[in-house]
Amino acid sequence: MTSLSAKIQDVFDEPACDTNRGKDAKARKEGCSKPLTPGAAAGGCAFDGAKIVLQPITDVAHLVHAPLACEGNSWDNRGAVSSGPTLWRTSFTTDLTELDVVMGQGERKLFKAIREIKETYAPPAVFVYSTCVTALIGDDIEAVCKRAAEKFGLAVVPINAPGLAGSKNLGNKLAAEALLDHVIGTVEPDDAGPYDINILGEFNLSGEFWLVKPLLDRLGIRVRACIPGDARYIDVASAHRAQAAMLVCSSAMINLARKMEERWDIPFFEGSFYGITDTSEALRNIAELLVRKGADAEILDHTETLIAEQEAIAWRKLEAYRRRLQGKRVLLNTGGVKSWSVVHALMEIGMEIVGTSVKKSTVEDKERIKRILKDENRMFDQMAARDLYAMLSKHKADIMLSGGRTQFVALKAKTPWLDINQERQHPYAGYDGMVELVRQIDLAIHNPIWGQVREPAPWDCQPAGEDDLASTKNGTATVNAFNEFAGATAHRSGNR
Amino acid sequence: MVRILRNTKSAAVNPLKSSQPLGAAFAFLGVEGAMPLFHGSQGCTSFALVLFVRHFKEAIPLQTTAMDEVATILGGADHLEEAILNLKTRTKPKLIGVCTTALVETRGEDCASDIANVKLKHAEELAGTEVVLANTPDFGGAIEEGWAKAVAAMIEGITRSGARTRQPKKIAILPGCNLTVADVEHLRDMVESFGLKPVILPDVSGSLDGTVPDRWVTTTYGGTSVEEIRELGTAAQCIVIGEHMRHPAKVLHGLTGVPFAVFQSLTGLRAVDRFVSLLSAVSGAAVPARVRRHRAQLQDALLDGHFHFGGKKIAIAAEPDQLYQLATFFTGMGCEIAAAVTTTDMSKVLQKVPAEWVQIGDLGDLEALAAGADLLVTHSHGRQASRRLGIPLMRVGFPIFDRLGSQHKLTILYRGTRDLIFDVANIFQANQHAPTPEALDPFRKREMPDELRSSPLTRH
Repeated sequence: MTSLSAKIQDVFDEPACDTNRGKDAKARKEGCSKPLTPGAAAGGCAFDGAKIVLQPITDVAHLVHAPLACEGNSWDNRGAVSSGPTLWRTSFTTDLTELDVVMGQGERKLFKAIREIKETYAPPAVFVYSTCVTALIGDDIEAVCKRAAEKFGLAVVPINAPGLAGSKNLGNKLAAEALLDHVIGTVEPDDAGPYDINILGEFNLSGEFWLVKPLLDRLGIRVRACIPGDARYIDVASAHRAQAAMLVCSSAMINLARKMEERWDIPFFEGSFYGITDTSEALRNIAELLVRKGADAEILDHTETLIAEQEAIAWRKLEAYRRRLQGKRVLLNTGGVKSWSVVHALMEIGMEIVGTSVKKSTVEDKERIKRILKDENRMFDQMAARDLYAMLSKHKADIMLSGGRTQFVALKAKTPWLDINQERQHPYAGYDGMVELVRQIDLAIHNPIWGQVREPAPWDCQPAGEDDLASTKNGTATVNAFNEFAGATAHRSGNR
Repeated sequence: MVRILRNTKSAAVNPLKSSQPLGAAFAFLGVEGAMPLFHGSQGCTSFALVLFVRHFKEAIPLQTTAMDEVATILGGADHLEEAILNLKTRTKPKLIGVCTTALVETRGEDCASDIANVKLKHAEELAGTEVVLANTPDFGGAIEEGWAKAVAAMIEGITRSGARTRQPKKIAILPGCNLTVADVEHLRDMVESFGLKPVILPDVSGSLDGTVPDRWVTTTYGGTSVEEIRELGTAAQCIVIGEHMRHPAKVLHGLTGVPFAVFQSLTGLRAVDRFVSLLSAVSGAAVPARVRRHRAQLQDALLDGHFHFGGKKIAIAAEPDQLYQLATFFTGMGCEIAAAVTTTDMSKVLQKVPAEWVQIGDLGDLEALAAGADLLVTHSHGRQASRRLGIPLMRVGFPIFDRLGSQHKLTILYRGTRDLIFDVANIFQANQHAPTPEALDPFRKREMPDELRSSPLTRH
């Protein structure tokens, strides 16, 4: 555990993190994990975070050393997509039984499990995840991995991020550390070139990176490694020979980006592929970093030409939605808006942002929101489900964009909702992705079900005086009433 | 005699099991005003929660004691106490169902006495809220065991003990975890149609049936009431559905003397006939016309459906009682069980599964054993094996996250059996291979893999 504690201290003291820089020395030492309140906590553990970050590496066997729940309750549940290997979607766990735990057979079982995987699947690497119970009983997974790697001539990588160590975010960072310690730099590529880049923290959810990659291809830029989305082990292992890097999902893997810059002189910038202006900015930044590292400066012009052409197309497509979406009110309820250019694009076509959560936003972000929304009241840290429900059921927003956690608050309040977090079904990256997002908002808001679900049942809303229909004793009245219904139906079908 | 093949692998490949605490939480979710609480690290809860939400497409109440590194070393009693008190203030539940996890069980925590202490120390604050404990380490059992332990814990902790005046029309029903929301609804209707008053524990039909309440509720809404659990001892008879519910019924019997009858499955004409006869005998009422009508519909479904089933090879992976329920259904239609995989060797019902052998294992085993089968039967995680083998998948059990409405599928009694026949026959019809000259050529090579398939000449 001491090495794990040291690792945790190390990742907490991240010099490249804006939030961390804003703290004094003492606060920095305390780290960034807030103590959880028993009975009022939400979110995944460090193991969850580590697995999220590494699992999309598609040709690796991911072996979870744990009793059943850690893997059995969570496998094959992410929306990342592979263009080839499917091994990452096969679940491997040592599924420790009571006997294994009591008899201390964990390490032996783990070693044998690695052998079985090697013999049956022959993957380029096995990633071994420690968990609460195996950490608690003191299984030394690093030693087992080392021994197995020697014995089987195979990369066997220990991922030391048991759930009890902390939050999902910490797990993200510990996973990055494992890549730095055991994977990146272990393979020398024979084809390194001046236009090679890494994309860090891109998960290829719903395949959305494939909306972006053709843009890079067009500029002659090669993605050496996209970590982790649709990655192969060898790409990650040789990622140290890229010229520049872009960090996409900023907080999760910042330590990876910074340490790769330190060790291998790979400059990086933080950017986003969500929204039109951000996508353009990202392309510009990539080109500039490459030129700084010695690439031909003409790529800058090519980039500007591509941006101008693609932006024009995207704005033209978006303009078509203005008529349908102008004045519609959007509530953004995500941990923190990752891309301001999404907000910018929505406002550009006339939508109104009626509120946004700023829980994970930096001070700088908040200033930006204030400028954009011109009203501080629309910012909230976190809204209790009950309050959110109250707000939505009074129809104070036309749609909520959020993650799955608050999905049913919106739906039960009969409010359109769109998933913009990791479980989402649609690709939103790049220029086409922004158009897709707006299209999905349009589809959600204008779906004909909303009228139906919001209307009360006819017998619950009859104005007084007319509700004698059911209790009428008069035969003629009944017949008349029946005819009225029948007539209405006939009339309607006649209209068709 | 069924041979039980034990698991000899070190690496489980594509688990069939969901965890035991998840099963316990599932049972607590069938109680009105309930809040299940996992005693473990926050990930234990988060994973189970996500899986529930993916299956039911509902907000699911489930909380965690959020054990961290310090609590793991010093003990989790404080976290448990804090969690219970926080839940009481924030959500005012009628029941807090504590499910332990591998983390606290590996530590060897005495959670029962921890909870007793909390109840003693905070008697006033906790008034109106029952707190019960199910010991459900992840390293043992699966959903069935967790579900049964939670029901036993509720009876032990809440039901008033001692012989009581029996209400002749009141029937206690303890359904297994393989019954869907629709099953439980239908079961209640059936029992009521005999003039009987059923009390069903747990009753997921009231709480997980997916409705739109007119306010935001943080606990379960609907389900068995705590008061009903308390008065369970006044039932004239207890009916158990599923072998795994025998233990809770024994607990009820031990506490209150209520006699019980076990039905290992309520799927298939004969099993339902036995059940209906019992209801008729207990109530003294004749079998209602509507039930007779349903029976006749099932007879007709058997007649229309059997063409599609005869000679088909079925590969099933499910927890023991569901395996028994489905395997007997399929063999009852003329199919052969080509592979049977389950989660544990502890269940007595396995001996009655109509297969030569039952493998204790995972979906990796199912995939290896199912080559040549006509149909895979398991939960949604079977989708990868189905695609790789090119064999259609019938989704059953938990979790089903890539199809809607699984909770509203009927699988028991006359109507449920009828629906199952249609579902399966339709899968077969949708996946029919048209005969080709090559496939029918009497001289074609014997070792062609198609040989393993059922004959395309099977009459339709």
